[in-house]
Amino acid sequence: MYDGGKVILGLVVFLVLLAAPIFYNLASGEAQHVPELEKAARGDQCVRDSTYMTGNHMDLLNEWRDQVVREGERFETGPDGATYERSLSNTCLSCHVNKAEFCDRCHDYLGVQPYCWDCHIVPEETQP
Amino acid sequence: MSMDRRKFMRVSGLAALGLAGGASRDLLAQETPPDTTRAPLTGSRWALVVDLRKCMAAGDCTDCSQACHRTHNVPEFDNPKDEIKWIWKESFEHVFEEQEHEFLEEALKHVKTPVLCNHCDNPPCVRVCPTQATWKREQDGIVMMDWHRCIGCRYCVLACPYGSRSFNWRDPRPFIKEIKPDFPTRSRGVVEKCTFCEERLARGLQPSCVEACKERALIFGDLEDPDSEVRRLLKERFTIRRKPGLGTQPEVYYMV
Ligand code: HEC
Ligand code: HEC
Ligand code: HEC
Repeated sequence: MYDGGKVILGLVVFLVLLAAPIFYNLASGEAQHVPELEKAARGDQCVRDSTYMTGNHMDLLNEWRDQVVREGERFETGPDGATYERSLSNTCLSCHVNKAEFCDRCHDYLGVQPYCWDCHIVPEETQP
Repeated sequence: MSMDRRKFMRVSGLAALGLAGGASRDLLAQETPPDTTRAPLTGSRWALVVDLRKCMAAGDCTDCSQACHRTHNVPEFDNPKDEIKWIWKESFEHVFEEQEHEFLEEALKHVKTPVLCNHCDNPPCVRVCPTQATWKREQDGIVMMDWHRCIGCRYCVLACPYGSRSFNWRDPRPFIKEIKPDFPTRSRGVVEKCTFCEERLARGLQPSCVEACKERALIFGDLEDPDSEVRRLLKERFTIRRKPGLGTQPEVYYMV
């Protein structure tokens, strides 16, 4: 092999450069970064088990949507015995009052962009 | 520790702001349980009776459509091509084309007649919807809209013989004067119309147009209930419906 040493050195340099962002993130702790979520403003329980909510809130919301719009079943009794309106804006956001620092912060981190807010209203954005 | 006056003012001002902020947040976060005190209004065949003589007396009154459009975050566009309407008024001549003649009673001819979705027994819009985004509710005959399923194909707009359906050509949000937080807006690309205030019936309230009409020209009730006011009115008074020849069986009746 001609110039074997130089070729291998070149390859090594190339790989190191290629992997640099990964090492940089590992070293700076950025890779372990998990967004800090705002605590719910009231209640010490979610409408379902909290771990269930982390993974399945989108399914619950779809269920609520169908129950309300298609079945006309608007209210339910939560795990704490209270009556909840099955509503995205009126219920979820009444406890998680800070959408930006709860829903959005997690979604931004994960690259999820629910289109619900094209229509559903975030309480503080009532002025056009 | 020494602190000059300016610094003291600054720090105490910030502290007061912080306290006020915290307090207002607690207020906002206070528990407001959903209002389930009124039993839902239930019926088997909802209908609306419009007393045109009372409407006539009220002239150019638009209380019904204003109340409805405010309740449901309906936008207001300048260009009539973009218009979104749930309940609005048109001249008698237009509403009842087939009943009109040259020498029609002058007052009747020009009466501004409220029109809205007729919640037909046999709704052509439902037949053509490819996604079941619009359907007739079994329990009470309301022709419902599921805005989540609407793909904006506008077959229903063409199928409806009454022009009761509007399509969102533009993003409606900037054209809503005051957004009411408890009813979602719609977005560009979906069709919308009156749902007989299904969301209010579920909370035990009359439709908002009926509630808003000071003349009591709009009467809402259940046709399957023989003691209801709507049944009594239909029995005692002469009423007509729009385009009866089409066989759609409208559930909005006009007393002339
Ligand atoms: C095109 C507009 C539009 C979009 C987009 C939309 N919705 Fe809705 N949604 C509505 C309307 C209108 C209602 C009916 C409200 C009522 O009857 O009280 C509704 C009702 C609901 C309800 C029950 C009532 C309530 O107050 O929340 C839920 C839950 C819901 N939608 C969830 C969602 C979710 C989750 C998404 C996103 C994945 C979404 N919607 C996207 C318009 C929309
Ligand atoms: C009665 C108040 C209340 C309501 C209503 C409520 N939540 Fe929660 N939610 C909580 C509490 C308390 C937690 C536990 C974590 C915390 O303190 O923020 C939680 C946790 C969650 C989590 C998990 C967060 C994590 O750290 O993984 C998600 C996701 C969530 N809620 C979404 C929703 C959605 C979506 C709705 C509406 C369907 C809703 N919540 C309605 C109080 C509420
Ligand atoms: C702990 C992180 C986390 C929090 C907090 C969170 N979400 Fe999510 N959300 C997710 C994940 C993960 C998905 C799923 C993405 C997927 O399946 O592609 C998701 C998906 C959704 C979807 C479905 C989006 C779609 O396009 O189908 C909706 C609607 C939604 N979230 C609403 C909410 C609301 C409302 C809140 C605040 C009350 C909230 N989420 C808080 C992590 C979170």
